[in-house]
Amino acid sequence: MKKIGVFICHCGINIKDTVDVDRLTEELADYPGVAYIENYMFMCSDPGQNHIKDAIHERKLDGVVVAACSPTLHESTFQTVLKESGLNEYQMEIANIREQCSWVHTDIEQATHKAKLIIKTAIEKLKLNESLYPVSAPVTKKALVIGGGIAGIQAALDIADAGFQVIMVEKKPSIGGHMIQLSETFPTLDCSQCILTPKMVALSKHKNIKLYVNSEVESIDGYVGNFNVKIKQEALYVDPAKCNLCDDCTEVCPVLVPSEQDEGLSWRKAIYIPFPQAIPATYTLDVENCLGLEPIACGKCREKCIAEAINYDATDTIIEEEVGAVILATGFDLYPVENIPEYGYGKYPDVITSLQFERILSATGPTGGEIYRPSDGKVPKEIVFVQCSGSRDPEHHLSYCSKICCMYTLKHAKLYKHKVHNGQPYIFYIDIRAGGKRYEEFVQQAVSEEGILYIRGKVAKIYKEGDKMIVIGMDTLSNKKIEVKADLVVLAMGIVPSEGSHDLVKRLKINTDDKGFLSEAHPKLRPVESLQAGFYLAGTSQGPRDIPDSVSQASGAAAKALILLSSDKIYHSPIIASVDEDLCSGCAICVGTCPYGARELNEVSKVVEVNEILCEGCGACISACPSGAAQQKNLTDDQIDNMIKIIASGK
Amino acid sequence: MKSGYFPGCTLKTNAKHFEDSAMQVMEVLGHPLEEMENWICCGTVFSMTTDDLMLQLASIRNLLRAENQGYDELITLCSMCYNTLKRAKEFILNDEENLRKVNDFMYKEDSKFKGTTDVVHLLSILKDRITFEEIKNKVTKPLTDLKIGAYYGCLLVRPKELAIDDFEDPTIMEELVDTLGGEGVVFPYRLECCGAYQTIIEKDVTVKRTYEIINSARNAGCEALITSCPLCAFNLDQRQKETSEEFLEFSTMPVFYFTELMAIALGLKWNKDWKKLHYIDPVPLLKEKGLI
Amino acid sequence: MSLKITREKIKNFLVDKIEEISGQNVFDCYQCGICSSGCPVTDYMDYSPNQVIRLLQLGSVDEILNSKTIWICSTCLQCSTRCPKGIEVAKVMEALRTINLRQREGTLKPEDIKSKELKDLPPIALVSAFRKLTG
Ligand SMILES: Cc1cc2nc3c(=O)[nH]c(=O)nc-3n(C[C@H](O)[C@H](O)[C@H](O)COP(=O)(O)OP(=O)(O)OC[C@H]3O[C@@H](n4cnc5c(N)ncnc54)[C@H](O)[C@@H]3O)c2cc1C
Ligand code: SF4
Ligand code: SF4
Ligand code: SF4
Ligand code: SF4
Repeated sequence: MKKIGVFICHCGINIKDTVDVDRLTEELADYPGVAYIENYMFMCSDPGQNHIKDAIHERKLDGVVVAACSPTLHESTFQTVLKESGLNEYQMEIANIREQCSWVHTDIEQATHKAKLIIKTAIEKLKLNESLYPVSAPVTKKALVIGGGIAGIQAALDIADAGFQVIMVEKKPSIGGHMIQLSETFPTLDCSQCILTPKMVALSKHKNIKLYVNSEVESIDGYVGNFNVKIKQEALYVDPAKCNLCDDCTEVCPVLVPSEQDEGLSWRKAIYIPFPQAIPATYTLDVENCLGLEPIACGKCREKCIAEAINYDATDTIIEEEVGAVILATGFDLYPVENIPEYGYGKYPDVITSLQFERILSATGPTGGEIYRPSDGKVPKEIVFVQCSGSRDPEHHLSYCSKICCMYTLKHAKLYKHKVHNGQPYIFYIDIRAGGKRYEEFVQQAVSEEGILYIRGKVAKIYKEGDKMIVIGMDTLSNKKIEVKADLVVLAMGIVPSEGSHDLVKRLKINTDDKGFLSEAHPKLRPVESLQAGFYLAGTSQGPRDIPDSVSQASGAAAKALILLSSDKIYHSPIIASVDEDLCSGCAICVGTCPYGARELNEVSKVVEVNEILCEGCGACISACPSGAAQQKNLTDDQIDNMIKIIASGK
Repeated sequence: MKSGYFPGCTLKTNAKHFEDSAMQVMEVLGHPLEEMENWICCGTVFSMTTDDLMLQLASIRNLLRAENQGYDELITLCSMCYNTLKRAKEFILNDEENLRKVNDFMYKEDSKFKGTTDVVHLLSILKDRITFEEIKNKVTKPLTDLKIGAYYGCLLVRPKELAIDDFEDPTIMEELVDTLGGEGVVFPYRLECCGAYQTIIEKDVTVKRTYEIINSARNAGCEALITSCPLCAFNLDQRQKETSEEFLEFSTMPVFYFTELMAIALGLKWNKDWKKLHYIDPVPLLKEKGLI
Repeated sequence: MSLKITREKIKNFLVDKIEEISGQNVFDCYQCGICSSGCPVTDYMDYSPNQVIRLLQLGSVDEILNSKTIWICSTCLQCSTRCPKGIEVAKVMEALRTINLRQREGTLKPEDIKSKELKDLPPIALVSAFRKLTG
């Protein structure tokens, strides 16, 4: 029989206060298989680890049970202790007596008893553990970045600069994301396009980056380090190689479509370039709005194009790429403003969203940067900003704070004041969240020097009277109900994961939180990694954040991806499924249940085989197998049986 | 499906024209209203305390009687009755202890309260059962050129759980006006409270509310208002007397029950007695539009 | 005047009672103020609806029980519908009235209504006012 050492940790007082560790030590000393037992204040500390090492040597132990916290925290710590002591690391089991026992109970008697059972099950399991060795595979040294906003751009540039190949896939005709729509950026008020376009150009010229626009990722198969990506690229009706950007096609196109770039405040044609600095610099034919690709229906643009760049017969193409790592940077959208009917958006043209206001402020926007209101083109003399529109309202809308709207609203009010000197901005707010570097100073300066009036309270309703928008709010500080007759109202909309993000997540089965933002592996310690190995998160796809935070996170994600790309091999846990060839009847029921496609029927031997690198050890096949041939390594039916017996005996 | 009609107190007195017109309209639409027997006051305003069941007894007694008379649903015209009966029912049914206690008080009735009778407002019946399509087919005298503001007030849309339409952006009454050939005008104050029962001790408040609501309607281009609540009707119509005295520039506006206008559009004869129950005389407007 | 707060005072018996009668947790409130901005009668109140909730959080119940606010509220439910935290403020108002009505007289005494007016008033106005404002 194996000689097993049991090491019970106090975790300071976390375990010891609820579980009587001394009694446990005494009672388990005689348990069959236990050759050594002790308890100690912090098993994970250096001295604690040394206790284990010493015991392994002195008592010639074959295996170790550590009764402590969850294996997600210190499993690898103790595995290393075994390795360093010359044992196979899979001869170590953790008995979780903290999260699953001391933290959730108060009665010492009962908790001690439960801890005893937990430790015994771990001992029973360990008795039948095999020595295992990590599965290894090579790494494809190339990354895929999905989403070409500032986050995706930054991540792509960092990886490419480190010398690795990058494939970028962007859904829209140009990269740039929302940042290309912004006017100037807080807190420094530098022009958004001026700081973004150099990065866009760098990306398009980078020898290591291949860019697909008007494209979406259809599927990603394979596993960390070795992904197989299918990209669907919309038909290239305009051949970028031939197009000379003369704009003749746009001039003749008879169709008007609300411009996405200008948030519906201007029109574009069905064949268009989204904005002058678009990357790639080429025209896109929007088939959905085009009158028809048949020359009979229209055909004006092709007729006009001297470069003969337009080809109506182009079709969608599927491109396949192999990559080792994937960065998700699918960004955000505004919360649907129609969901707040009491604010009158859609009914009144002079109630607009914050992104529309960015376009009005932008030098490349529909008004050339002059502030005119949509209804009649007048300069608004009084302007109201409504913060928390859709945010922080668990009862009706978003429960969370969208984090960026306090700051961008203040920026809006300032930029407005810079252009309309005698105008009066009012900002309705609940709290001002200005936690970033130099953000609070930005707020204070505006309040004391720029004549921006903050009013503390949530706006109840907005309606029109004559040519004014009446805003009914509250100032809870003076306890006065406030009515403002405004010329223009800007709703500081909250933000949600982008529509593109939703689609992708569904297709690729990526974990999200309850709001639809991509889930990080650990909220504090692994914020840029997804739970799916080989996937990294950047920018607002993971949660609301501003540009500085999106960029730092993107660089973080790139660094994590680079760790993977720069290793020659990846290692994978050997706790995976296996097949007992003598028992397997070749029914192949398991093959269909495996979500990772890791099982295959060998047509010659008529037994199922497991692709060790694809298997994630989820166990689906094991419960499906009718003949008991499918077994999980170190979690065999016999082991589980023995563990259940302990629990069932209650002793 | 057996439907009963629950009138409530005010429809037999100050809002008699509401009842009369509704009865006639429903006759023409082929769904005559059948008044339940033995009804009592609905309780008038739902009590929102969790611990005072006495205030729910009147509502529950009505519903129980309707149950015993075999009605699957009770149709109300008055928004207040709708709101009070329906909320009382939900409140009592959602808690077994409450249900048991309330039933202890029902010893004089033929059986225990089970909550099998639904409470529905006439507007929902018109829209969902009869359909506006059908009503449109029966319109003989369209309200051409008449701009009507639908005043919902509170009780048709709040609390949101029993709103007869979207609680922030309802359209059902405007759609009805359009169906009748008129123009339903959305005005900002259509969901704002008229001051309700404050009319008794804080008359000034209701006068000011009336002023604001009617002005809001006027600014949006309305020529008249429709409502389905006799308390709103009282405040918005009768209180225009005080409003005119206090605000000299105020100009008045007739206030109808929606069924009065339906009656006209469906070709029924305008009943002269109805006029007496209006404070602001609607006849000149109706004449001007060639409707009577 | 400063409000002296203590552990006992902020969690006092009356606050519990109000939460019980109304079924609402006043500590859900984060003072956004939309209850007051939407309220049709804030202008006539001595404490706005959000202040009522705030004073309850501070345990200052007497101040509110003696306020005009709770009687001016016309139970229109606008506050309850809009509160982002789902607090039914109108129910809190009702609970405050109820506590008063159970201890002392209400603000409406039947004999105060002039007989001339009584003739015009519809039953719906009379009954609802009695139910909300009379002990
Ligand atoms: C009105 C407003 C003003 C702002 N002002 C400032 C400011 O002054 N300063 C500041 O720091 N921040 C500001 N911000 C915040 C800033 O816009 C964001 O932090 C930043 O744009 C986030 O970048 P991103 O790359 O994460 O997302 P995005 O910019 O949304 O980019 C995501 C990209 O992914 C693409 N995509 C989505 N789904 C898919 C898919 N399935 N496949 C392929 N591609 C896909 C999208 O088309 C898009 O190009 C402002 C935000 C708003 C709304
Ligand atoms: S950032 Fe400011 S405006 Fe935006 S949700 Fe948070 S508190 Fe509201
Ligand atoms: S355990 Fe089975 S089902 Fe799960 S991944 Fe491995 S082979 Fe597939
Ligand atoms: S609406 Fe709700 S959260 Fe806002 S102040 Fe009123 S009670 Fe508090
Ligand atoms: S219920 Fe009362 S407090 Fe609430 S909005 Fe209406 S009048 Fe104001």
